[in-house]
Amino acid sequence: MSLQEFLAMGGYAFYVWTSYGIATIVLVVNVLLPIFQRRKFLRQQALKQKRQPL
Amino acid sequence: MFLVPDAVVRFFHRMASPPHFYAFTERLMPWLTVIFTLLIVAGLYGGLYLAPADYQQGDSYRIIYIHVPAAWMSLFIYVVMAITGGIGLIWRMKLAEVILISSAPIGASFTFLALVTGSLWGKPMWGAWWVWDARLTSELILLFLYLGVIGLYGAIDDKRSASRAVAILALVGVVNIPIIHYSVEWWNTLHQGPTVTKMDKPSIHVSMLTPLLLMALAFKVYYVIAMMLRAQVELLQRERNSQWAKAKALEEGGL
Repeated sequence: MSLQEFLAMGGYAFYVWTSYGIATIVLVVNVLLPIFQRRKFLRQQALKQKRQPL
Repeated sequence: MFLVPDAVVRFFHRMASPPHFYAFTERLMPWLTVIFTLLIVAGLYGGLYLAPADYQQGDSYRIIYIHVPAAWMSLFIYVVMAITGGIGLIWRMKLAEVILISSAPIGASFTFLALVTGSLWGKPMWGAWWVWDARLTSELILLFLYLGVIGLYGAIDDKRSASRAVAILALVGVVNIPIIHYSVEWWNTLHQGPTVTKMDKPSIHVSMLTPLLLMALAFKVYYVIAMMLRAQVELLQRERNSQWAKAKALEEGGL
């Protein structure tokens, strides 16, 4: 099977690749979002502690 | 507790404490990432390349490797939410509340994926993006239940009361789960009946079934990863004034 044939998905390229594309985006976003949130929150909390030490 | 080994009881007691659970998720994360990568690579290779085209649907059926595992996860995560909701209501266990609310966005995402990929599969096979069939409609209701949980939690300031409210919503909504599962048998639907999860032998060839199960496992591991990442944020926010959360902030958020 050539690469072109593989990408063509027997004529269903649009439906198949859109499905896999959307799935990839949704799964990646769901992991990145909490990682960024945690980083931002910890930085805020660290700043707060520096301003008013324990 | 008889019958349950002491080590198991101690494990659960320790897991119920936020700093221990937090440390546990951090230690588990690299292993889960490796397992997920192996499963998803094998599943995609098997599903997109090794498995033959379907004799009726051609290559369009390959959407199954996203669609079915996503739909299974949409049900599975809701059941997890209902169980943790029950545990949270009865024992007031903080960790159960955190797992419930951390699961909701991931469950909503998988429900969304099941609906969208179903639509992209339905168009070439049924000739319609959407039909008001029992399976599709009950899955859409599931999406609204997830969004309801997320919205309700966000609307109540006190996180303990918010958790109690969403736990009740999760428990009430669980009646929808068997409705979704049996919808294709109870009603005459356009959506096809079960291929894998039936009492009989699955009516799908091994070369197509194996990647499907690999993808299902990959999605399950993914759920644990994504849920733990959200649980970490939720725990840090709830425990912001405790010693361990402050130490974490200095350690990781220090400038």
